[in-house]
Amino acid sequence: MERIAIVGASLAGLRCAESLRREGFTGALTIVGAEEHLPYDRPPLSKEFLTAEFEAERLALRAAPYEDLKADLILGQRAQSLNLEARSITLASGGEVDFDGLVIATGAAPRSLAIADGISGVMTLRTLDDAARLKAAIEERKRICVIGAGFIGSEVAATARGLGLNVTVLEAGDQPMLRGVGPIIGETLAELHRSNGVDLRTGVEIESIEQIGEEVRVNIAGEASVDCDLVLLAVGAAPVTQWLESSGLTLDDGVVCDATLLAAPGVVCAGDVARWPNPLFGGESMRVEHWTNAVEQGMHAAKRLLSDDESAPEFSTVPFVWSEQYGIKIQAAGRFSGEDRMEVVHSGTDDARLVAIFERHGGISGVIGFSEPRRVMQYRRLIGAGTPFDEALGASL
Amino acid sequence: MKISVDFDLCKSNAVCMASAPEIFEVRDDGYLYILQEEPDETHRQAVEEAASLCPTRAITVEG
Ligand SMILES: Cc1cc2nc3c(=O)[nH]c(=O)nc-3n(C[C@H](O)[C@H](O)[C@H](O)COP(=O)(O)OP(=O)(O)OC[C@H]3O[C@@H](n4cnc5c(N)ncnc54)[C@H](O)[C@@H]3O)c2cc1C
Ligand code: SF4
Repeated sequence: MERIAIVGASLAGLRCAESLRREGFTGALTIVGAEEHLPYDRPPLSKEFLTAEFEAERLALRAAPYEDLKADLILGQRAQSLNLEARSITLASGGEVDFDGLVIATGAAPRSLAIADGISGVMTLRTLDDAARLKAAIEERKRICVIGAGFIGSEVAATARGLGLNVTVLEAGDQPMLRGVGPIIGETLAELHRSNGVDLRTGVEIESIEQIGEEVRVNIAGEASVDCDLVLLAVGAAPVTQWLESSGLTLDDGVVCDATLLAAPGVVCAGDVARWPNPLFGGESMRVEHWTNAVEQGMHAAKRLLSDDESAPEFSTVPFVWSEQYGIKIQAAGRFSGEDRMEVVHSGTDDARLVAIFERHGGISGVIGFSEPRRVMQYRRLIGAGTPFDEALGASL
Repeated sequence: MKISVDFDLCKSNAVCMASAPEIFEVRDDGYLYILQEEPDETHRQAVEEAASLCPTRAITVEG
């Protein structure tokens, strides 16, 4: 393999490039990224970045000089299409990049709502540019309405509260963040927002959004409308696969790969865009939109591309996400839902601490913790080791 | 191999503990402890994995 192209110059793409070099790939390496910026980190964008003190240099994903990577970095250029037979990518500028091996790491982009189209006071958050716009708006305005109480919506709500804004959160589901995990966790999460002064409304149906001069009005079915100065639309993200529509690759809420992250001969995927059967969970088809997964898959995709088909290792992981809100670390790993058996295995004297584990098919399948990073990680290891639930329950962690 | 952690960056999220529990431990006081600052080579892979997976890039491995 002489030429490798990586599309998507962010976490998964960069970590893949670094691993390719570490694994001894000495051929030509091209990285194409739609954003103008050098690869940067997204998690701070909904947290510290929005506060005044944060220095933007801390976002850089690579500390070592880029020259050391010996890669041709094409930034501010979107890949438009992929021709697998010709082994070539066409860029928006019309230029072409030929390759022997390809890494798809185009991530995900915020979903939109038709009722929010064309309303100037409505923002989404994914990129550094989005975050800079949001930060400027937060500095000037007093009332924010967050639509969608997933991770990003909840984090922005918490950060904005910390900055003294008036915050309303509107959620279609009946609890924020970890949807459908059952009443105990759901109520803890909801209470976290409410006790910090957020007007959290769950189970709402938004009928329309209007821009009235400088103000935005969000109209809700059967309830009083919300007047605010800006709206953050945080209703989830969709994998960026439009550019692959004519490629012949299988697309199904992500690029469909095999267990080794291979999507087609010489084509691998990594990060938010990748869908693969996770061997650790009986081959359950997963697409994970979390940080550690993007790093792990980026590193794995490099190894996969350089190995032959017979010896290619499978990619398995216990999905893990961390979040920080109101100074509390919320961490979750594995699989869980309101239908699974759940046991609270630890709760601290101050009620901000809690660890709950979940059971599927007799084994421990998931863990959720509040301000309990050590225990979450220990249970995560038990999940990875396929530990029977009763054994996990008895483990004194 | 010598391990150091920039404690100004560390957020005690214990991601490193998942990779190298013999080296890193976040305790109930909320702080990260390095259990062995100069571990032997058998720990290299785990330590390097921990360094790459640290979300704040707080871990440095020298040597
Ligand atoms: C605000 C925010 C906060 C987050 N906080 C956390 C957190 O606390 N914990 C956690 O675990 N995870 C968090 N995440 C998720 C985490 O950041 C993502 O999982 C991670 O960024 C995924 O990396 P990626 O490289 O797969 O995709 P991305 O980071 O989305 O990068 C994909 C890149 O590809 C580029 N691209 C797309 N299409 C093309 C094309 N056709 N041609 C060229 N380039 C293209 C995009 O512009 C983008 O730069 C957060 C995400 C956001 C947005
Ligand atoms: S992974 Fe990094 S930030 Fe997290 S506890 Fe370890 S050193 Fe600190």
